[in-house]
Amino acid sequence: MKSIALAENFAPGLEPALSTTMPSRRFLRAYLSEAKYESLRMLRSPGFTVPFLTLPVALYLLFGVVLFGTELAKDSKAALFVFMGFAVFGVMGPGLFGFGVTLAMEREQGLMKLKRALPVPPAASLLAKMLMSMLFVTMVMITMLAAAPIGHLHFTAGQELALLICGVAGCLPFCALGLFIGSAASAKGAPAFVNLLYLPMIYLSGILFPLPASMHWIVLASPAYHLAQATRAAMWTASEGAPAVHVAVLAAATLIFTALAVRRLQQAG
Amino acid sequence: MSTHCVAELQEARKCFGKLTALDGLSIQVQAGELFALLGPNGAGKTTAISLFLGLARPDSGCARLFGKPPESIEARRHIGVMMQEAALAPELRVREQIEMVAAYYSEPLSAEAVMDRTGTTALAPRPYGKLSAGQKRQVQFAMTLVGRPRLLFLDEPTVGLDVRARELVWNTLQDLIVGGCSVILTTHYLEEAEALADRVAVIAQGHLIAQGSVDDLRSLVVRKRITCRTHLSPEQVSCWPDVQSASLDRDGLHITTTNAESVVRRLLSADDDLHDLELQRAGLGEAFNELVQGVNA
Repeated sequence: MKSIALAENFAPGLEPALSTTMPSRRFLRAYLSEAKYESLRMLRSPGFTVPFLTLPVALYLLFGVVLFGTELAKDSKAALFVFMGFAVFGVMGPGLFGFGVTLAMEREQGLMKLKRALPVPPAASLLAKMLMSMLFVTMVMITMLAAAPIGHLHFTAGQELALLICGVAGCLPFCALGLFIGSAASAKGAPAFVNLLYLPMIYLSGILFPLPASMHWIVLASPAYHLAQATRAAMWTASEGAPAVHVAVLAAATLIFTALAVRRLQQAG
Repeated sequence: MSTHCVAELQEARKCFGKLTALDGLSIQVQAGELFALLGPNGAGKTTAISLFLGLARPDSGCARLFGKPPESIEARRHIGVMMQEAALAPELRVREQIEMVAAYYSEPLSAEAVMDRTGTTALAPRPYGKLSAGQKRQVQFAMTLVGRPRLLFLDEPTVGLDVRARELVWNTLQDLIVGGCSVILTTHYLEEAEALADRVAVIAQGHLIAQGSVDDLRSLVVRKRITCRTHLSPEQVSCWPDVQSASLDRDGLHITTTNAESVVRRLLSADDDLHDLELQRAGLGEAFNELVQGVNA
């Protein structure tokens, strides 16, 4: 090697680490650190926070209070329907877009490849995105619950807790769908594919407006419909169908799309 | 496998459809050496690095990191990786990027220590997306070091760096080597490989075509270059035995020869006023070009 004068501040300290094991405390820290920085980066992205944190409550206040508030004050069933529609709408976005679009970009721009080369603990990046989605959904649910009394809805503490738990757990099938799209689509194509799924799922699930009885079979294919019904049942309000069936459909969608995405990621990277 | 071997490809073969990217490539990287992997575009360098890192599996043959499969997280806890194409999250600050990577390792350096060593302390609070291309490379280099790796994979580490930053990277690499770390470097800057590498491997079309020290590779090229100021014309000199070419420019007469000693003797006897005589061996660049042309021919 050619001789190059060493800078004075290059004291010893770059010696390689010798340990071959990772203490479990540090292992857990790696998962938490990944989740913290994934959440932080998304919170700092106005393109993500503005639509997914503010839009559900803003639309609820527009339709549930400003435009139809007087009518809904007289009809508690309709008021709950509108509230639940925008709550489920708020659950869908972070998982679908947080996984679908960002994963596709990270795959295409080499970040996923770098993380596979680095000693990132198994599935830490995907768990971090899942926790980020859950954090966003928690914030959406809190803002929706804060807005509920303005829409003439008064929930018990138990109902509020049920909504929060159902919302946070209910984002999992949407995370899985997003993960599947993000594992297969290009960075340019992912937003289009996510919207192709997101918009019909909102409008054809009957969560924002009831569909004609002849089209009711369509809603059965939408996780959004099953989440809305499961949440209504958990809040001890009127719901359609058996809650166990709704939960089973949501769990199956989560498992199937996660398995497909993981297989795809293992094949293609 | 040698006890000092930190990374190894053994008869590794990898095909993508009908394209054979690597065809029985065998490479061993020893502890405490800087190993430069060179080759023209499409030679198979990226595939070789992918096998080393466990990003792809060889169709036949094997890849080992510290004697283990590269997919093993225990093996990967001893490596640092700098990829040219990886786009990091632009929203995270420099300190956060480094802390996030540090969390993957069992005995990392502190973010402060690694920023101090890589001259990136002033960048710590800045969002990564707001940095220049050169600053991003400096931060990526800091992230590579934070886990105190025993083996570094560096892909074009100094692209976009100014002279001072490049010197800092080179100095740090030398410190790392002295400390027992190994480096696998892929670069298109042959002068970088020439300055830093203990051993060089040249691959082309998926085959290893030469391997050895920089001097070993230079010696594969027998040509030498003579420069001098003389009244002799290029036309006169070019017809001498062993002279391959001769040309004149404002720096003097340039002669390429396979027998420098004989040509210098004849020059000195033909021109008593000859001065500013210089003799140069072939550089790594010339050796590289000759080796690669030999394969493509």
